Formats: sequence, C-alpha cells, structure tokens
Amino acid sequence: MSLITTRDLTLRYHGQTVLHGVDFSIARGEIVTIVGPNGSGKSSLLRALIGALKPASGEVIRQAGLKIGYVPQKLQIDATLPLTVHRFLNLPLRQSAATIATALEKAGVPDLSKRQMSALSGGQFQRVLLARALLNTPDILILDEATQGLDQPGAAAFYRQIEDVRRDMGLAVLMVSHDLHVVMAASDRVLCLNGHVCCEGTPEIVADAPEYRALFGSGTKGALALYRHDHNHDHHHDHEHGHS
Amino acid sequence: MLDDFIFRAALAGLGVALAAAPLGCFVVWRRMAYFGDATSHAALLGVALALATDLPIVAGVLIVALVMALIFSGLSERHVSADALLGVLAHAALALGLVAVSLLPGRSVDLSAYLFGEILAVTRSDLAVIWIGAACVGALLIWRWQPLLTATLSPDLSTASGGHPRRENLVLTLALAITVAVAIKVVGALLIAAMLIIPAAAARPLTRTPETMALAAIAVGAASALSGLAVSFAFDTPTGPSIVAIAAGLFALTTSVGAALKRG
Repeated sequence: MSLITTRDLTLRYHGQTVLHGVDFSIARGEIVTIVGPNGSGKSSLLRALIGALKPASGEVIRQAGLKIGYVPQKLQIDATLPLTVHRFLNLPLRQSAATIATALEKAGVPDLSKRQMSALSGGQFQRVLLARALLNTPDILILDEATQGLDQPGAAAFYRQIEDVRRDMGLAVLMVSHDLHVVMAASDRVLCLNGHVCCEGTPEIVADAPEYRALFGSGTKGALALYRHDHNHDHHHDHEHGHS
Repeated sequence: MLDDFIFRAALAGLGVALAAAPLGCFVVWRRMAYFGDATSHAALLGVALALATDLPIVAGVLIVALVMALIFSGLSERHVSADALLGVLAHAALALGLVAVSLLPGRSVDLSAYLFGEILAVTRSDLAVIWIGAACVGALLIWRWQPLLTATLSPDLSTASGGHPRRENLVLTLALAITVAVAIKVVGALLIAAMLIIPAAAARPLTRTPETMALAAIAVGAASALSGLAVSFAFDTPTGPSIVAIAAGLFALTTSVGAALKRG
C-alpha cells in the first residue's frame, strides 16, 4: 500500500512545463531520494505531492488521512516577525508542552524552545523545522534540500538525525538533495529527474545508469560530480526504464 | 458624552487603531507596505464613486478598496517582483482618484477632508460604522490568527499542514478593505497606510511573540490617536497628521530603546 502515488503527472510552473509523465509511489518506511540538476523539477514534484502545486495533467493520490511532515527548502522569516521556537512549533495547531519537548528531543535540539527563531544557527534552524514536521507523528517526512546552507559535517549530522528519526518512528522519508554521496548511501531508492524521470532504482543501479552519468558524470559514482555536471544534456534519445 | 465632538473623535481614533494596528502587523510581516499604500490610495476612487452614485462614502470606499485589493493581490501573486508595479499602481490610484473627484459635475468637494481626514467632524453614525468595521476586522483576525500566521511564514508549510494560504490572503485583503473604508474619515486616504505600518513597526523592538507585538501595536496606535488629538486641539494642527507624527515619534523611541536593550 503506497502512501503517495502519482499517475502520469505533468507540472507547469509560471507557464512552463517543468516535469512530465511522472509515475511515482512511495511506501511506508521507505527512504527515497530525488536527485537532479537545478530546474529539473525536484521541488515542483515535492510541492505537487504536498498539494501546493496543482497538476497540469495526471493525478496525485494520497492515502486517506495521510499525515505529512514537510521540511521546506528554506524558510525566510521576516526580521519584523518576533517568534520564539516554542511559538513557532504551535503553528498552525496548538501543541502541549510535552509534545513540543518530545519533538525537539527527537530532532536533537532539546533546549531551544525559548530562543528567537532569528537567533538560531543554520543547523539549529533546520532541526527546529524537522521538529515541527514531527509534531503530528507523520506517516511520511518530506524534505526539500533541507541541508542547504549547512556545511558538510552539519549536513552529515542532519542526515544521521533523519535516519534515527526514521528508525524510531518508522515513517517514510522522501527527500530532495544535492549531497549525493551522503544521501545515496542511506536511500532505499533514488529517483533521478531532469524534466522527467531519467532513471530510478536502488542507489547502485542509478549510479551506474547512463542517464544518471550523463547528468552527474561518471568515475566517482556521482559523488564528486555535483559541482561540474552538465545542465545542457539533451533528451532526444530514448530511455530504458527497467530499473524499478 | 457622545454629544461632545472631542469624545467622538477620541472614540473614532481608538476604533481605527484597534483595527489597523494588528492588521498592520501582517502588512509588515508580509512586506505588503506598498500593497497597503495602493489600497488606501484607491479609497479616493471610492469617494468619487460614492459621490457620483449617491452611495454612502463608506460603501463606495469599501467596494473600490476591495476590488483594487483583489486586483493588487492577484498581480503580486502572478509577478515575482511586484514591487515596482505596486508602486506605480499606488500613485496611479491616488492620481486617478483626485482627477475623478474633480470631474464630478455640479459639486465643489472639499478634497482635503478625504486626503487628511476630518476626525473632529465624526458623527454618531460615523462612529457606529467605524466600530462595526473595527469589530469585523478584529473578529476576522482573531478567528484566522493561527492559519494566518502559518501562511505568513510559508504558504507551502501552510498547505502541507492542510491549510489554504490563498484563502488566508483573501481574509487579509477583506480586512484591509474594511480598515481603509473606516479609516478614511479619521486619518484620510494619504495617511491610512501610516496607521497600519507605524504602530506595528514601533511595537517590534520590544516584543518576542506575534501576539505581544499585535497588542503593543494596538497600544501604540491608541496612544498616538489620543495624544495626536490632544496635540491637535492644543496647537491647532491638523489632526490626522498629528496622530501619525506622534506614532512616528513613538517608533523612534521604541527603536532606540530596543537598540539600547540589545547592546546592554
């Protein structure tokens, strides 16, 4: 039984088709990572899955009563908005102090509740976002480049936190990431996007796929290629989609 | 007591502060200052509509402010950088309103009453309209407070937790139109945006949560209205601008106190 399924999903954003023909599903307990160059439709796919972007065609089917914990790419809180961590975690629903304490604990930042959001470091901020996503004991955690702006050790620590959370709570995790070498190792399945699904499968299969190598380079199994991949590879060739 | 025009003026100022200050917090948090400007300047077009059709002024302003606010919010959703566009519209609305009022046949209209307000001429029925409007705005904001705050932080976050950020935008748009309609008599079209933004900005340095900021903004707005009225009465200065000047003084005060507290 999959938590979220898409059928032949096509997405448009500002009048342009950013993604077409996506058949995707994620099951309980799975960790799936989406990779792809900038503008490949990764964030749009996530936004469609949470319901923030309407499909231009095709459909998104969410399991009835599905609870989603969403960690956005970035959250720009205007400096004019005073907000403590505690207050932030009470949005949009008021939570008991115990629930908040538990969520902060799980996210690895137990002592922050009285701090101003604007006074947090990048790593603390992302963990507070994670804590917020865990509040309603979600079935699936969706993270959109949640480690953007963190340094390498910070990002690695954040992903270890995600692993712990999945182990403790048994939820599915769907994330978009640039940190290929970190996330690929931890994922059950990788989805490589570039306007459509280039290739899909276990990390090993995807790392060996010609479509993936065309995007991220070869040799290092993609690990170090993320700063020099070619955004202009064309898609006139036909793909074999036999990996999933 | 309602027979006393000073007392009526004070109540009118308090009513406007009550609606405008907390709404103004959202205007500030969402960086909608130009949006507030554009909508309040459009009030003058509403005056022209009301005078041309014999509608009550409040009704004309409410209709036009609502229509313009909907157009503005539609534009700012569609255009990534709506800033310049809203800047153009804010002043175009004002200019068109002035032209439209002057073109009305057979009347000589006292424009300054609509540009700067005439709080000292507030009648009992004006007062009723102001307080009903303020109560509507207050009720809307209290009712939608949590989802409004969530949508202000991030529309996607709001959607992911089952909210409807576009509906919350509409709530703010409606509240803004009502506020403009009831405030035009008190501070005038030119200074409505000031009553939205200045009390909120003055409240920011001294507060740690959105709720305390809204309450502090109401306090600043109310204090400005009452002291502005007193100053205007004592020195025979125009009332609307006096109120805004006091608010600006309070802003300077809280900002320096806030900066001093941070350093200390």
